[in-house]
Amino acid sequence: MDAILFLIFAAIALGCAVNLVLQTHPIASALSLIGVMGALAALYLLLGGEFIAAAQLIVYAGAIMVLFVFVIMLLNAGAEQESRKRLAAKVLGIPLLVVLLGLVGYVLQNALLPSEGVKFGAFRHGTAQDVGRSLFTIYLLPFEVTSVLILVAILGAVILARKEID
Amino acid sequence: MNFFILSIIKAAIVAFVLLTTLAYLQWIERKVIAHIQLRVGPRRVGPHGLLQPLADVIKLLTKEDMLPSHVNKVFYLLAPFLAVMFALISISVIPFGTEINIGGIRTSMQLTDLNFGVLFILGLSGIGVYGVALAGWASNNKYSLLGGLRSSAQMISYELPLAMAIAAPLLMLNTLSFREVVNGQSGYYFGFLPRWTIFQGPFPQVVSFLLFVVAAFAETNRVPFDLPEAENELVAGFHTEYSSMKFAAFFMAEYANMVTVSCVATLLFLGGWLPPFPPEYGSNYVPSLIFVIGGGLALYHGINPARPFDRITLPVAGIVFLGVAAMLLVPVVAAILLPLFWFAAKVGVILFLYIWVRGTLPRFRYDQLMSFAWTVMFPVAVVNLFVTGLLVAIVSK
Repeated sequence: MDAILFLIFAAIALGCAVNLVLQTHPIASALSLIGVMGALAALYLLLGGEFIAAAQLIVYAGAIMVLFVFVIMLLNAGAEQESRKRLAAKVLGIPLLVVLLGLVGYVLQNALLPSEGVKFGAFRHGTAQDVGRSLFTIYLLPFEVTSVLILVAILGAVILARKEID
Repeated sequence: MNFFILSIIKAAIVAFVLLTTLAYLQWIERKVIAHIQLRVGPRRVGPHGLLQPLADVIKLLTKEDMLPSHVNKVFYLLAPFLAVMFALISISVIPFGTEINIGGIRTSMQLTDLNFGVLFILGLSGIGVYGVALAGWASNNKYSLLGGLRSSAQMISYELPLAMAIAAPLLMLNTLSFREVVNGQSGYYFGFLPRWTIFQGPFPQVVSFLLFVVAAFAETNRVPFDLPEAENELVAGFHTEYSSMKFAAFFMAEYANMVTVSCVATLLFLGGWLPPFPPEYGSNYVPSLIFVIGGGLALYHGINPARPFDRITLPVAGIVFLGVAAMLLVPVVAAILLPLFWFAAKVGVILFLYIWVRGTLPRFRYDQLMSFAWTVMFPVAVVNLFVTGLLVAIVSK
């Protein structure tokens, strides 16, 4: 059951990811990205990371992608123009991509240490309590540094937006 | 396998009840607004217009399904589907009552008890905005686009105070599962004051409740925050180009969101299915009493009819009411129906508030809407969350 669900959501994630690159219209690409996020949330859920799954849904699929779609709609960006490709790119593009992916896969397979396969349902520390406890004990410094970083980014955005007005 | 059969049965019941509620909510809304505005509302189809929702469904189903030539077809068709799907899914984590036992089968009155149910609802409400935003964009019409943009901006802005208003009671109850949320509110102070989060110490969540209700009005695009479909400036907003069942899908999504939000408010702040005062003071007999009074009134008016057909309709309604009252006194049935009654009553009160506000308040201006979210709601929500957290920390020490 878990394996079947995994295959379904992995297929959705991959299909949406490929579609994201293939689509020429920005809105279609953005929606594909939402599909990827949603499928990833389901995969997290399968692995037992229920809080991460919910956060993925709320933060990425909900908040961030809404802003993306919002901006695309505001700019009213049209479909992208296909640029003229060289003959070499047309002929060699896909074979070279396959070779590259094969090489990356081969290297990763050999470089990583052999490990046990993933067991669905084996991980039981994905609840909000567990995540919160680790965030405020083991990962306190990274957590605080990240929040300061985000604050700096927000300040930067405000300053940039202000200059536009003057 | 038993689990699957049980789940399918429960899902069918919930879907049927929810869809009927949505249809009749619209009838109630039209009736209540009519009475607020000194009109009578729908009353041609069936007694007191009770079959109006059915007539509306038939009308919407048989209307010509127009596909405007200038729209972006895929997204135009996808949008109403997304809107209604995400709106209906949220009901799956809402518990309606305690655990029940029918013929030896124990089950809880809930489709699934996720231990992050509250977050699940928040996530779905965040994704729900795509239906509206896409509809506005795909329609390729400036009014629709403006409606869609307004709705996206509004929902992003109000999601923040909404989430923070939800976080405060959760801090006190220390759980994310709706069932545990309600269980954490059982019991009474001084023997009569319920320990609902709006009354519960260390910090009664009255501010959170008000924030939640206001933000919920904005999240569901209802008056006074219905800017996305402001008809005097945007024709009909994001659904201008939609007709027939696709229009009905948006309509259904809006009402389903209203119901979900009212359920969440009931569960988080008003103690879910728990009675407002303890059974020792007879809270188990209140529902029967209400139905007896209702039945009595209907019978009285049936005997002294104001209109000719009242002679038939009102006695029938009165007998049905008295029958329900009698059923509520049977212990086996009461164990199932009493929690449902209190839950439905609280949800009904909040839904009535929605309709009442629609009948009385004017619409905000768009800049007022935004500045209200960011300069009033958000700071208040932050302070409220901070005070709650501080008091919870002090008390738990």
